[in-house]
Parts: sequence; structure tokens; C-alpha cells
Amino acid sequence: MKDIDYAAPKTLAEAVALLDGKGDRARVLAGGTDLIVQVREGRRDIDVMVDVKRIPDLTRLTVDANGLRIGAATPCCDIYEHPEVKKSYPGLVDAAFLIGGIQIQSRASLGGNLCNSSPAGDAIPALIALGAVCVIAGPKGERELPVESFCVSPGRNALARGELLAAIKISAPRTGSGAAYLRFIPRNEMDIAVVGVGVSVVLDAAKSKVVAARIGLGAVAPTPLLVKDAADALVGTTADDAAVENAASLAQAAAKPISDMRGDADYRKHLVAVLVKRTLAIALERARKS
Amino acid sequence: MSKKLHVQTTINGKETELLCEARQSLLEVLRDDLRLTGAKEGCNNGNCGACNLMLDGRLVNSCLVMAPEIDGRKIETIEGMASAQGLHPLQQKFLEHAALQCGICTPGFILAAKAMLAKNPTPSEGDVRHWHAGNLCRCTGYDKIIRAVLDAAPACAGKCS
Ligand SMILES: Cc1cc2nc3c(=O)[nH]c(=O)nc-3n(C[C@H](O)[C@H](O)[C@H](O)COP(=O)(O)OP(=O)(O)OC[C@H]3O[C@@H](n4cnc5c(N)ncnc54)[C@H](O)[C@@H]3O)c2cc1C
Ligand code: FES
Ligand code: FES
Repeated sequence: MKDIDYAAPKTLAEAVALLDGKGDRARVLAGGTDLIVQVREGRRDIDVMVDVKRIPDLTRLTVDANGLRIGAATPCCDIYEHPEVKKSYPGLVDAAFLIGGIQIQSRASLGGNLCNSSPAGDAIPALIALGAVCVIAGPKGERELPVESFCVSPGRNALARGELLAAIKISAPRTGSGAAYLRFIPRNEMDIAVVGVGVSVVLDAAKSKVVAARIGLGAVAPTPLLVKDAADALVGTTADDAAVENAASLAQAAAKPISDMRGDADYRKHLVAVLVKRTLAIALERARKS
Repeated sequence: MSKKLHVQTTINGKETELLCEARQSLLEVLRDDLRLTGAKEGCNNGNCGACNLMLDGRLVNSCLVMAPEIDGRKIETIEGMASAQGLHPLQQKFLEHAALQCGICTPGFILAAKAMLAKNPTPSEGDVRHWHAGNLCRCTGYDKIIRAVLDAAPACAGKCS
């Protein structure tokens, strides 16, 4: 790897000052599973890696009655092994448990997945479905942004100079809710999503009618998408076959995939409908059992 | 010349001090500077698992850890597995099952298997295959490795934490 510097600030303020001073010559190092490869292969030219894992809040996970707050650099394994998260946020666990293999999950963070801003990042559609909020720290203090507004184009996001992602917040699931994430890849593990779908639903007290739903799509547009029409079409229905078909075709219509080595656009469109139905079925099942 | 960073770490139970460059990976420091060549460089991009070791009790790819990150952390490598009493049961079973040919992937598989058995002492064949998705072997076709790990599980009970 080319010559670089390494800094490990112990506070958020120090990290922000460093990033502000260096601009795009500095890059946050979380788990390094994207960044180290990119710098080593010369795909990203920087002068300094700013390791944020020594800032206690950045790797802290807290769950309470209000919801979940995940320090942006918390590794996937700490998320999916957490008993409360396993119980109440299975839709998030789905995504954290399929990013890379075990070795990647020991390091890879959801913050890194978001900030790398790949259209195919597996955590992003799952977080969109869960209505997650990004907590951003910067020279002017803290601001919040809905996760679906975070990515702006492949590899680019809403962070301005000096800003970093501090945490991801998810509200506690409402009674009668369920969520899931599924992706399609040609092998069983360790590949990049051809299509990824995150779904969350909330059922009424009788566990029959859908009262709220969110659907996130990955790898079918320059950024992961919130497909509002498709989700809204489920509301007020019992998620019967006709309603599910309708939601799947609305999601399909919202997808604007490209053709690449992983699959052509038509194939991706087909997969969107298949995966929306499958993911929705899991989310509904979880909601009924909740 | 880039400046050297001072790092204090524990490697296989031994306190170790070293000087590294910020651009070096943990794998490079271990192999090139400390001459601990058990961890191998297969791909250098996180796909093959040949560089696996334990960092603070978690299985990681050491090619995707920057050397200065290990300051104050604990590292366990394949060199720390055998004891004065002999080979670790996993090492023994890899030999008995001939679960290696060229051996480049072997330290990674053994570390990965140890990490798995610490969490799941009675894995199914499916569990073993799923856990090792991040470890590639170019030679064996995996079956012998899977059998060695399954066979080692009972002997590892209590020894693989
Ligand atoms: C073998 C392998 C398999 C993989 N499999 C998958 C997979 O199945 N699915 C998937 O989605 N991805 C996969 N990835 C990609 C990668 O592991 C994930 O995107 C991961 O979530 C990145 O997290 P990280 O903590 O390692 O990020 P890093 O590499 O540390 O950072 C990624 C980018 O985000 C920036 N960044 C990180 N944290 C912050 C922050 N808090 N604030 C501001 N900027 C920040 C960094 O500067 C960098 O540009 C894989 C990678 C490898 C090597
Ligand atoms: S050399 Fe590290 S994963 Fe291949
Ligand atoms: S024995 Fe040669 S790569 Fe596995």
C-alpha cells in the first residue's frame, strides 16, 4: 500500500477536526473491509486513515424502550449476537448476518456499509425498511437524516467536509410488526447482491390488516431505494395474493436496474418481484408471531 | 521515509512491542517483521481466509487490519495452538484426515474452526460449511476439511474457547 498516515482520535470532536482539516485526503476507517481494499488497489487515493473505533460511542450499541442506537463502527457480529437485537430487530439481523463471511462480520460495520454507499450494500435496504435515521456529526454539530436520503449516487453520500456518521437509530418496533431482508446471489455466501429487498410491516390488533409498510430495494438503481408506492399499496389490505402481486409489480416498476456481469436489467426486474414476495412473506410471518 | 509507529500488543500470550508503518497490514507485520509466517497471504483482499487469526477473541482477516490498529489488542495465531503436550486436537485431526495438500489454507481453516467450536461445540455439517464460507481451499475439495473439523469437535470440547 502507498504511504499513508494513521490517526486514532479518542473523541468525536477530535475526529471531526481531523476530517475537516484534511477534507477528502482523509477517510474514516471503521472495519476497513471496503476502505483497506480500495486504498491498497489504488482505487482510492488518501493521505490518512482516521480510525474511529477508539471513540467509545462509535462502537456502542444501546437498546431501550425507545429503540436501538448503533454506533456507526459497531461490527456486524456485535449486532447479530446481541440478544435484544436478535429478538426485536430480526430484519436487521438478516442483513448483518449475510455481509461477507464470519471474518468480515467481525469487522464490517453498518456505518461502513452506508458510507461506502454502494447501490448493492446489503445493510441499506434493510435499514430503509426499518425507517432508520443517520446521526451525523460535523463541525457545526449534529444533524439527522433519514437513511433513504443518505446515499446520493454510487459511492457518494450526503456527508459534507468534516462530517462523519456517528450512529444509526431505529425506533422500537410497534406492536404487531415484522421485518426481513433477503438478497439474491448466485452462490450461497460471500457475493454481491444482484438484488436485495428489505421489508417491514405493521399489522392491526387482529393481526389481519396491514396498517403500515416500508420496502427498500438494493442493486436496482444508482442508490438503494425506498419504494413508497409499493409499500403504501399494502396498507388497508390483508396482504392477500392480489395485494402482494400488486405491491410486487409496483416495486418492479420503481426499479431502474442496469445490466452488468451479475445480471441484466430484465433479470433484475424479475428478481425484484420474486424477492419482494418472499421477503414480505417472512416479514408478515414475523409480524403475526410478534 | 515514513515515520514509524510504536505498537504494544499481546501475541499468543506474549507482550510484544513493535514499530510499524501506518500503511502496513497486520499480516505484513506478522510475516515480514515478526517472522510469524503461519498466517498466509492468499488474496490480500478479504476473500480467502488464509490470513485468519483471532483479534480480541474475534476471527478476522489480518490482511484487512491495519498494523497500528492492534495497539493494546490481543492476537492469537496458528503459532500459539500447539502446546508442550502436543498438537491441538484440530491440528491432529487435520493430519489424520489428510485435510490438506499444499497447506496454504490450513492455518486459516484451523483458526476459523477453533473460533466456530468456541461458539458452537456441536456443529452440524451444514454449520461447518456455512461458517467456513470465507475460507477457500484450492486443493482438497473441502470434504476432508469438513470431516476433520467434525471429528475434532468432541475432542475440542472445553479446549477451543
Ligand atoms: C470478502 C468481502 C465480502 C463482502 N461481502 C459483502 C456483502 O455480502 N454485502 C455487503 O453489503 N458488503 C460486503 N462487503 C463489503 C464490506 O464488507 C461492507 O460494505 C462493510 O459493511 C463495510 O464496513 P466497514 O466497517 O468495513 O467499512 P470501511 O471499509 O471501514 O469503510 C467503508 C467506507 O465508508 C467510510 N466510512 C466508514 N465509516 C464511516 C463513518 N462512521 N463516517 C463516515 N465515513 C465512514 C470509509 O471512509 C470508507 O470510505 C464485503 C467485503 C469483502 C472484503
Ligand atoms: S489473504 Fe487475507 S483473506 Fe485472503
Ligand atoms: S490445501 Fe492447498 S489451498 Fe487448501
